[in-house]
Amino acid sequence: MATTSQPDANLTGTNYHETIILAEEIHKYYELGETRVHALRGASVEIARGEFVTIMGASGSGKSTFMNILGCLDKPSSGRYLLEGVEVSSLSKKELAAIRNRKIGFVFQGFNLLSRTTALENVELPTLYARISKAEGEKRSREALALVGLGDRITHFPSQLSGGQQQRVAIARALVNRPSILLADEPTGNLDSRTSVEIMDIFQKLNDEGLTIVLVTHEPDIAQFAKRSIQFRDGKIRRDERNQNRPLASEVIKNLPALED
Amino acid sequence: MDLLAILRIAMRALARNKMRSVLTMLGIIVGVGAVIAMLGVGQGARQTMQEQIQAMGSNLLFVGAGTVTRSGMHMGWGSTKSLTYTDMLAILRECPAAHAVAPGSSSSGQVVFGHDNWATRLNGTEPQYFDIRSWSFVEGSSFTQNDVEMSANVAVIGETVRKNLFGATDPVGQTIRINNLPFRVTGVLSPKGTSAAMGDDQDDIILVPLTTLQKKITGQPWLRWIMVSAVSRQGSYAAQQQITSLLRDRHRIREGDDADFFVRNLADMADVADEASRVMTLLLASIASVSLIVGGIGIMNIMLVSVTERTREIGLRMAIGATEGNVQQQFLIEAVVLSLMGGITGIIFGLGASYVITQALGWPVLISPLVIAIAVVFSMAVGVFFGFYPARKAAQMDPIEALRYE
Repeated sequence: MATTSQPDANLTGTNYHETIILAEEIHKYYELGETRVHALRGASVEIARGEFVTIMGASGSGKSTFMNILGCLDKPSSGRYLLEGVEVSSLSKKELAAIRNRKIGFVFQGFNLLSRTTALENVELPTLYARISKAEGEKRSREALALVGLGDRITHFPSQLSGGQQQRVAIARALVNRPSILLADEPTGNLDSRTSVEIMDIFQKLNDEGLTIVLVTHEPDIAQFAKRSIQFRDGKIRRDERNQNRPLASEVIKNLPALED
Repeated sequence: MDLLAILRIAMRALARNKMRSVLTMLGIIVGVGAVIAMLGVGQGARQTMQEQIQAMGSNLLFVGAGTVTRSGMHMGWGSTKSLTYTDMLAILRECPAAHAVAPGSSSSGQVVFGHDNWATRLNGTEPQYFDIRSWSFVEGSSFTQNDVEMSANVAVIGETVRKNLFGATDPVGQTIRINNLPFRVTGVLSPKGTSAAMGDDQDDIILVPLTTLQKKITGQPWLRWIMVSAVSRQGSYAAQQQITSLLRDRHRIREGDDADFFVRNLADMADVADEASRVMTLLLASIASVSLIVGGIGIMNIMLVSVTERTREIGLRMAIGATEGNVQQQFLIEAVVLSLMGGITGIIFGLGASYVITQALGWPVLISPLVIAIAVVFSMAVGVFFGFYPARKAAQMDPIEALRYE
């Protein structure tokens, strides 16, 4: 088992050719009044197309800051971050917004769906900021909802959906602009264990179809479904390893007892 | 992002808090409504005043006998005895801008018909007076020049006098008693209504031949006034100057001394009245527009609340690719939709209010399309102006902080 802070090329398998995320010596400081918080202290990681990576770590370990940088919501104080070969830290705010729109799909712990807005319209939201027609946006949104198994719920409002269903709407929204990577920040944090496994099943299936996924979690049960685990501590990557014998979520569900009400 | 999509988002956001949106709009509704109503009523008043002055004849000049000061006491206009019939003839002869003239003298009298009596103004003049003032008859006709030469006891009465003395009876050919002298009524003048410029009832009048009044009632051979019509409205200014210099000359008034007469130009009066009503309208409209500003502040307030409430939504929109410009546009359009909807509702209310007010006063309803266009543009501008700061605040949020906002 590898415990280096650098990903080991030997462990990557046959589908590991194209680097999609390349972060080198990322540092991030925050000025909090008089004190300077050093949130990231030289994190380096390389993620290839088709990988399924979980980022773990205690709160304050820098994993959220690192996610924000990967998601182009924040810029590193120093170091290089290349997304599909593009140096992100040199881009303007407007260009970053375009990258978030087209190359990155976000899934949040709290779903962040617009209330009193149907599932379909929630999913359509990113297409409004992309240069695609209304008709094309709607078509893609229907497809994305069908992909997460909600093809029959498109006119439902978030209040009419269960937590798991709401998160699936959020996943459909993240997929609608066909991003290069999916970034999920504690996507199962608000869900019960069975629903969590269902969501992981969706992630595994999407990953099987070639989607690159980076997922932040603090639950080892969830992290085991990914192909690779990265552990943060004190702003640095402490562990980066391939998961051996990762379970299939679809199999795990079968063995879970159905919830009795 | 196309405008239609933004408009849909804005409408939905406003529909989410219907009560709040309507109350916010109310400020704009009241503001725009008040401005529209004030402009409408003001325009109506102005138009009415202009029509009345026009009805008096806009190329009319009024030459009045002046005031004299005896032992330090002003005796009021018409107290001089220097304005004469030959002055009038001289005006007609020597002032090229004067088209027609009519002499006049005034008194007051008690008029009796049957058991009814009425106190009214009594004017003596000549028949051309009615042409100069373009005053027509509803019944009968004027006395004639022959009546003037004969000092005949004939009279023309105004509508108010007819109403008070005759009621349903046809007055033409009837005999009335003025200061105990019998007069035969030859005609009834068409009603002119209350003068907007002077505020008196123009129909409360009796006109008799000048010579009759001078010889049989007042015993004064001089004139109190001369009515002059100028060749045109523009010509009335020239006529005013010509008459002034002619009469100063004839009355031997030295350079620098006060004249013993005055010449009043109705075109001037029309301008003064017009200016006065315009200033009044503007004053009312600017007071009303203060409430529009208050309404705008209401919009700013609600938009700030809305931006804070929707912090997470803003964060989400930014995370999925909205630029600062997109977010700013969204909130700006929301503010403009709010103010524009208020503005349009306000226009409808304002039109209704000015219709009711002008109907009650018997004025014409006058709202020009320009005023409505200005109201629409202005309410939009209020939305942009007061929506800008909240929209800017939304656009400058940090998406990470916004997503974490509870």
